Amino acid sequence: MRDFNRPVAIVSSASFETPSEPARNEVEMLLPVIQKAMADAGLTQQDIGFTVSGSSDYLQGFPFAFVGALDAVGPWPPIRESHLEMDGAFALAEAIAVLQHDGIDTALVYAFARPSRGELDRTLALQLDPYTVAPLNPDGRGLAGLQAQAMRDSGRFADVPDVPPTYVADGATAVVLAVGDRAKELTANPVWVTGIDHRIEAPALGVRDLTTSVSAKVAGEHAGAAGAEAAWLHTPYPHQELLLREALGLGDRPAHCAAGPMMVGGLERFAQASRAVAAGDVSKAVAHATSGPCLQQNLVGVLEGGAR
Amino acid sequence: MSKVAVVGVGQTKYAAKRQDVSIAGLLREAAKRALDDAGMTWSDIDAVVIGKAPDMFEGVMMPELYLADALGAVGKPMMRVHTAGSVGGSTGVMATHLVESGAHKRVLVVCFEKQSESNATWALSIRLPFTGGSVTGAGGFFAPVIRAYMRRANAPDDIGIKVAVKDRLNALNNQYAHLKIPDISEEMVRESPMLWDPIRYLETCPSSDGACAVVLADADTAKAVKNPPAWIHSTAIRSEPTMGAGRDVVNPHAGRDCAKEVYAKAGITDPRRELDCAEIYVPFSWYEPMWMENLGFAAEGEGWKMVDDGSTSMSGDMPINPSGGVLSSNPIGASGMCRFAEAALQVRGMAGEHQVPNASRALGHAYGGGAQFFAMWVVGSDPLSE
Repeated sequence: MRDFNRPVAIVSSASFETPSEPARNEVEMLLPVIQKAMADAGLTQQDIGFTVSGSSDYLQGFPFAFVGALDAVGPWPPIRESHLEMDGAFALAEAIAVLQHDGIDTALVYAFARPSRGELDRTLALQLDPYTVAPLNPDGRGLAGLQAQAMRDSGRFADVPDVPPTYVADGATAVVLAVGDRAKELTANPVWVTGIDHRIEAPALGVRDLTTSVSAKVAGEHAGAAGAEAAWLHTPYPHQELLLREALGLGDRPAHCAAGPMMVGGLERFAQASRAVAAGDVSKAVAHATSGPCLQQNLVGVLEGGAR
Repeated sequence: MSKVAVVGVGQTKYAAKRQDVSIAGLLREAAKRALDDAGMTWSDIDAVVIGKAPDMFEGVMMPELYLADALGAVGKPMMRVHTAGSVGGSTGVMATHLVESGAHKRVLVVCFEKQSESNATWALSIRLPFTGGSVTGAGGFFAPVIRAYMRRANAPDDIGIKVAVKDRLNALNNQYAHLKIPDISEEMVRESPMLWDPIRYLETCPSSDGACAVVLADADTAKAVKNPPAWIHSTAIRSEPTMGAGRDVVNPHAGRDCAKEVYAKAGITDPRRELDCAEIYVPFSWYEPMWMENLGFAAEGEGWKMVDDGSTSMSGDMPINPSGGVLSSNPIGASGMCRFAEAALQVRGMAGEHQVPNASRALGHAYGGGAQFFAMWVVGSDPLSE
């Protein structure tokens, strides 16, 4: 989606990441991150028009992970709030749609996860077809290995990196969004989300060409990614940078790639890209998030500085 | 001005175990019916939004990934909402925003639960770290709240029983309802086992497999479809914490605020008079009188009187849950969407045997968590005029 009736900007963000967070629960981990993002925007929860988050119960190890986490925002008096069982970047896309609504001018988006509590590689098998594939228990790294090998076999890539163990980290990211003039009031350097789009592909790996990322390409085209000076790519495994560079037509422009904590990694790419744009390091950046095995689902956002 | 309408509704037959279909097959059954109702095919859809309660109910993590091609979403945007029991409603609200914002013109929304794949009471009773586990499920959580209501409102003991009978009678007229108890009576409910005092077996909802789908469309599309659309007049959501000194769990602040917003945006000042019927989330019988008050249909302490005098029955002035409600079918993640979809069917005049005559404006309502998450929409036969 592009050409919003009401332009939306990232006005602040805050992040936390650690290999393992054994001492604090989700609320304790989230609280300082949300407080920092809100303080930087000069807002309190009661100034926020819409709050939305992304997380996964399976990373927490119990259902309704997001319910307790809501305590980190202090939803009292009651607030407008929703939750996606998706990476926080998808929650950001939802917030932009809600911000098109008259009367809702600010949004808080956050994501959190503590996958270090379990065995992420094995948990990821539960994303697969529950009748025919998941019972075989293929691990996340193994599936990524199939993709890397398919890339090698295609002969199209000069050097395909080996697939390291699945990245495991705990963390949280919070992003504050505001519309138009409200964004300009809240920060001297609003970072406008000028386009955002996401697409999904089929779940069966056998029906996909694993050596291309069609969904990233289409999402990039619809978001207006062409001409970005740099990209912040969400790459759970390093070989995926090659596929995303190609899909987004990045050529040899800089790409800042990271996996990040699952469910947080994509939103964190938005946070980091927005800081670079706010600092004036780049004027147009791509931020990317992915979900599912072998880049099954991809989201692309375009961030730009300057007046709107 | 209404910018969005429900142009298609599809439901599965709700049952304890739908072992004749896979999870994908279950969703397709509802989605295909919604598309047929809308006069559309899979390729007419711009984006797909799914909603369901915890992934652990089926044991599939982030099931939008597995369901992408089954729901015709390949190459399209696909999202997954999860806001506890309210999720069916919240998913409808979020999908409405996608159309209202101009992002998409036609959105397929499918909510589901296939409880037979797993064990929901296990998933609802899990012991959190550093907390005492009660292992009582949702009924154990809400029973003391109901007791508090009965005491506060000085309500007669048999109000819950009356709701249970009324909803099961309504369900007899709904082809998709899970529970069909033709000889339901107050006596039968009263003599059913006490599960969580004061909630008897027949005053609680079943565990169902099922899916419910709607197709949402922009105004231009809605004006051109074959069946009458249900125009979305307003939507609202509210959340509050699970615990807090200021909370009133019997009459939650979030529910009152949510109702206030959804009425204000729809231009409604007297909801009981201006709405023709409502589909509300009543998983335990006593929640009907409690929500009558929370929704502003009755003054505080008076909600039970609407049940007692028959106002909420099909022949009353404010029919509640003509479909038989959550008490008759409870595919958890879809139960809120069923309420939203049934409200739409009423104002489209397409509710069949359980149609409220001449219904032109209806409320869909869902709640979840510890009665802390609320989602509502008001739909009408005609677009809302400014």
